[in-house]
Amino acid sequence: MNLLQKRLLSQSPILLAMAGVLIIFALLPFFIPRWGIFLLTVAWAKAILVLGIVFLLWGGLVSFGHGLYFAAGAYAAGFGVRVLGIHEGLVLVALGIAAGGGLACLVGLLLARYRGIFFALLNMAFSMVLYAILLKFYRVTGGTDGISISPPTLAGFMPPPEALRLVHYYFTLGLGILSLYGANRFSVSPLGYTLKAIRNNEVRVEYMGASVRKAIYITYILSGILGGLSGVLTAFAIGHVVPEYSYWTQSAEFVFVAILGGTGSTFAPLAGSIVFEFVRNYAFKLSPYTWQLSLGTVLLLIILFLPGGLWSLSKPFSRRWTKWTLHSNR
Amino acid sequence: MKILTIIFVDGIVFASWLFLVSVGLTFIYGVLRILNVAHGSLYALGGYMGASMVLYYLQTGATPYLTYFVLLGAALFIGIVAGSLIETIFLRRVYHREEEVQLLLTFSLFLILEDVIKLVWGVSPYFADKPYALLGQMRLGGIIYAQYVFLLPGIALASGAIIWGIINRTRFGKIIISVTTDREICTSLGVNVPRVRTFAFIIGAILATLGGAFTAPMTALVPGIGVEVIVLAFAVVAIGGMGSVGGAVLGSLLVGLARAAAIHLFPELDLFTIYLVMSLVLLFRPQGLFGEVEVRRI
Amino acid sequence: MDFALESINLTKFFGMVRAVDELNVHITEGELVGIVGPNGSGKTTFLNLITGYLKPERGQVRYKGKDITGLAPRTVVTMGIARSFQIPQLYLDLTVQENLLLALAIRSGEGVGFWSPLNKESRVKEAFQILGQFGLEDYSHHKALELPEGERKLLDIALSFAQGPQLLLMDEPTSGVSVKDKFAIMDTLVRILKGHVTSVFVEHDMDVIQRYADRMLVFNEGKVIADGTPTDLFTDPSVRKILLGKG
Repeated sequence: MNLLQKRLLSQSPILLAMAGVLIIFALLPFFIPRWGIFLLTVAWAKAILVLGIVFLLWGGLVSFGHGLYFAAGAYAAGFGVRVLGIHEGLVLVALGIAAGGGLACLVGLLLARYRGIFFALLNMAFSMVLYAILLKFYRVTGGTDGISISPPTLAGFMPPPEALRLVHYYFTLGLGILSLYGANRFSVSPLGYTLKAIRNNEVRVEYMGASVRKAIYITYILSGILGGLSGVLTAFAIGHVVPEYSYWTQSAEFVFVAILGGTGSTFAPLAGSIVFEFVRNYAFKLSPYTWQLSLGTVLLLIILFLPGGLWSLSKPFSRRWTKWTLHSNR
Repeated sequence: MKILTIIFVDGIVFASWLFLVSVGLTFIYGVLRILNVAHGSLYALGGYMGASMVLYYLQTGATPYLTYFVLLGAALFIGIVAGSLIETIFLRRVYHREEEVQLLLTFSLFLILEDVIKLVWGVSPYFADKPYALLGQMRLGGIIYAQYVFLLPGIALASGAIIWGIINRTRFGKIIISVTTDREICTSLGVNVPRVRTFAFIIGAILATLGGAFTAPMTALVPGIGVEVIVLAFAVVAIGGMGSVGGAVLGSLLVGLARAAAIHLFPELDLFTIYLVMSLVLLFRPQGLFGEVEVRRI
Repeated sequence: MDFALESINLTKFFGMVRAVDELNVHITEGELVGIVGPNGSGKTTFLNLITGYLKPERGQVRYKGKDITGLAPRTVVTMGIARSFQIPQLYLDLTVQENLLLALAIRSGEGVGFWSPLNKESRVKEAFQILGQFGLEDYSHHKALELPEGERKLLDIALSFAQGPQLLLMDEPTSGVSVKDKFAIMDTLVRILKGHVTSVFVEHDMDVIQRYADRMLVFNEGKVIADGTPTDLFTDPSVRKILLGKG
């Protein structure tokens, strides 16, 4: 067996899982109503950003300001459409990723030095500064009205109106699966483990010769890239970009989803995001005055009684999964 | 010269409001090491309770000059009730968990309370402006000010003085400080730590509800006022140093005056000022102006 | 010829206390040096000054002729110095194997790589080998948290060893290790290290020093008061007084 075959075999559990996820979500639209497809699209789009939040949580860091990258990506797409006249989805996605990643490169330079509450609050401060900018400079940003984004072409191809929702879903699904795959590789990579080591014993990491600051910085940039991508895809789905993308409640929502799903696995954010979108939708339909109450109660219950998040309910299965992935790499 | 007076007056008024809004948050963090996101909801509860009590009171036809005491009473009542319920039922369970979990717990309480307020008081705006209108107006520097706004610095000073008095002059204050420093030793010395924590939280809650109650006559109360308040309070607390009452004073003054200056001189910047000040302070002094150096930097 | 490790007039204050006082030490390459002394005599402070965790008020630390005074731990470590700790510093939530794999990955400069997996075959093989040398193979897939005290110590030393250092500083390597394992571990350690790695270890256990150290430095109140072979020094009355109390 040559090296490539060996590599593929060792990767097989992850690839299999990806294939499984792909098949399930590719077929799902045929079994759920149309508004369900929309919710799934948004859930997948937002889950991409939550992956980044989970990475940082592994390192013991919480960001209450990732709306910054979410908005950066979304508005990059918005400006691409409105100012540069770009209507090609792939280009807009690239713009969003560049905006999120680029901003994270800058902000991360400063933030990688901080921990705990200060890290959380500084992130929040920056996101609120962007919020204020988006609100105030309304001639450029559209202010409270924001920017509309009409459906873009995808690889030059404009989907027919009836199929639009479905095509957007598959587009988001595709990029989502790629992100999920990347996240999986990240979680078993040295950096993934270095992050967990940092959370356990930062001093020892330095004593091993690794730079804690560099590790956090790189992770932060990755989270910014994921955030930007998430912002663009959400903007496509909703068709509209508003300053609230950068408001602290949006950032808090991402952290909420991360804790809801759990940090034990890269699949957890997806589970959390889907549950969140659907519960919020139902709760809102049930009573517009109590959806926050319902969400708050769900979060409360999870924190008090299910600290590992929803994903920890899969513990019996995940043990088998860990054994399988561990031993296939021998 | 005139503009400086205006900026100064506006700044002090806004700073007083910021102080009232943030001192409870910093006090609770100082004692319990928890950043309470539901602080904004406590503020809102104080506002709604105060407003509805004032309206109810006025319906009885009694003298409007006592409405200030009604506001005080309402704030105390809801502060004690909500504060004790929140601490004993929810916060107690997460003292041993990580910071981010505690934060999210208080966030979930915030979400819940936002809707509780809607359910109890409805969504239409509440006007209880009698206490505000009663005090009339005055001219200062060519601008007409409602005299009510000068109540705010008074209340802020009073609260600040009372908190300072409690911490530095009472036995309870000393117990609070020792509990903050070393919980285990306190327990072994016979201090009822859980009870101390509950009291401390109630004090912080009352400070929040006071802020809300006395601001209520100045505006129309609508659902969601807690949302903006909490970010402002966070910012002031971060600037001043988490857990430092003196820091809250300095932070409020800094932000208050900066914002007043911005509004009158560079209006586009007004929303920014607080977050810009916060970012700048935290970048050069991450623990805040009076905060303890607990930040680890590699 | 440069000494492997040298300290020149090294001084460290903690307030009024002179933890380390005009310390002059020379250690030749390949030596196995034991450091003994009462509590508070500056032994651990000395190690911390070498690794850069503390900065001295005065004096110099030289490693292979290069001045490393005050450099950050991370820099010192990449130059070839490793340290093990009195209280084991482990990644408690990771498994024993993962702890070691991470040390190896960081050593090969891949600590912040995020695409290739941590457990690539060559690395797993090397980790397994090291774990075997330290008798920890059976604990491979246990979380470090679950390890008993002595095994934690072993893992801590294994982690610093895995960095492939040329100078290994060990802080009480046998404290917390059971009596029957003590000598087995030191036998293994010394066999691996002797001649290849310059080793300095702080110890309270005189049997260990007697048996394994080429040379012994006696610390007291921040100064080196004796320097010689363990056999010579244990018969010296002034040394005995300091180490064992009277006579």
